[in-house]
Amino acid sequence: MKNKSLVSIDDYSKEDYIEILRVAAEFEKNPVQNILEGRVVATLFFEPSTRTRLSFESAVNRLGGRVIGFTDSSSSSVSKGESLKDTILTVSNYSDLIVMRHPLEGSARYASEVATVPVINAGDGANQHPTQCLLDLYSIQKTQGTLENLKISMVGDLKYGRTVHSLIMAMSYFNPTFIFIAPDELKMPEEYKLFLDKKGIKYEEHTELAENIKDSDILYMTRVQRERFADPLEYEKVKNVYILKNKMLDGTKDNLKILHPLPRVNEINTDVDTNHKAYYFPQALNGVFTRQAIMAKILGLK
Amino acid sequence: MKEDKKLSVSAIQNGTVIDHIPAQNLFNVISILGLDQITENLVTFGTNFKSDRLGRKAIIKVSDKYFKDIEINKIALVAPTAKLNIIKDFEVVEKREVIVPSEIVGIARCMNPKCITNNEHIVTKFKVIDKNGNVALKCSYCEKITDQQHLQIIR
Repeated sequence: MKNKSLVSIDDYSKEDYIEILRVAAEFEKNPVQNILEGRVVATLFFEPSTRTRLSFESAVNRLGGRVIGFTDSSSSSVSKGESLKDTILTVSNYSDLIVMRHPLEGSARYASEVATVPVINAGDGANQHPTQCLLDLYSIQKTQGTLENLKISMVGDLKYGRTVHSLIMAMSYFNPTFIFIAPDELKMPEEYKLFLDKKGIKYEEHTELAENIKDSDILYMTRVQRERFADPLEYEKVKNVYILKNKMLDGTKDNLKILHPLPRVNEINTDVDTNHKAYYFPQALNGVFTRQAIMAKILGLK
Repeated sequence: MKEDKKLSVSAIQNGTVIDHIPAQNLFNVISILGLDQITENLVTFGTNFKSDRLGRKAIIKVSDKYFKDIEINKIALVAPTAKLNIIKDFEVVEKREVIVPSEIVGIARCMNPKCITNNEHIVTKFKVIDKNGNVALKCSYCEKITDQQHLQIIR
């Protein structure tokens, strides 16, 4: 992993995932370590993403490193018409590692080709967001004690949601069973089902939420967005179907944990927040440990 | 039948005969190879010949021209079944199969408008994959798949 960019979740092997999770657990025990002292991490956010940026910057700061960068492209030379290539080549001179978020798909792969320092993809359009996936894995392992043989229900926008697609790819090494719960318009795309078929991984597809989560270990919620629907009437029909309410959790397994990549809008009712099965805020904290681990591994410090 | 075929497209002395082109892709092949822009060489083509394998096939004959590998790679995207006969002095001196390459660099355009390659000056790069028995291209940047139907060749 040393000096290697992380652009896509399949840049890493199963062994790499396990190693990142091991180091992340180390950081959770001891989150303040000065191993990044004297190092500079550039956070280049060509589109705003407050949560992801703060999580990375928190991770760098807790490791004693410094952060340079910008929070949206209007405050960078991009607004003067500079190409991505020139921005990346320039910033390579100023930093030991580049963390970037960009609205165009494939931008992070391209940046990793031109940069002279490693690049971590913090989201390239609808394509990849590998550090989110690794923090999801960490949260699953931490709450379940294992990644093996789990039943994972995924709810909401399974068609466009990049987090669910990455999670399927990453979990495919650990013999999971998937329950896909989505409206017809937002069903899991064929290519991912073919991938699961090839790997011999079991999955079910449903449109009903409440009755299909009873024996799940993980409930992965995503947002059903109005703009995904061609017909607004279709949205109106399904918008309240995929809202998780506290009473729906009656009779679910004790070890069930609810994950969500955040931001939440209304897909998890706030009455769920106090349930011990709600895990989306601790999940965000896990993001800091996981990003500490990823940066430390890439810089060869762990 | 054989007699008819010979009459339809006359023989050439030197050059390349591209046979077994799927008839529906004839004009794609012509355009990819730039044969519609050619000013020197004699180009003849015929289409809708009966073919057991393709149903309907097309043939292109180009006098005094031999294609480079990169040009042949371009044909592979729309006519992977095509066969090239290299003609010297009315004789077939070499037969070449079109080989579908495992990677395509700088020939096709990614169909995803939000792909970085459609927004900055970047040479495109694809992994060639099989999609339901057809050649399709997976962008090495945005990871989206461009299928035959959406294939656009950069000229």
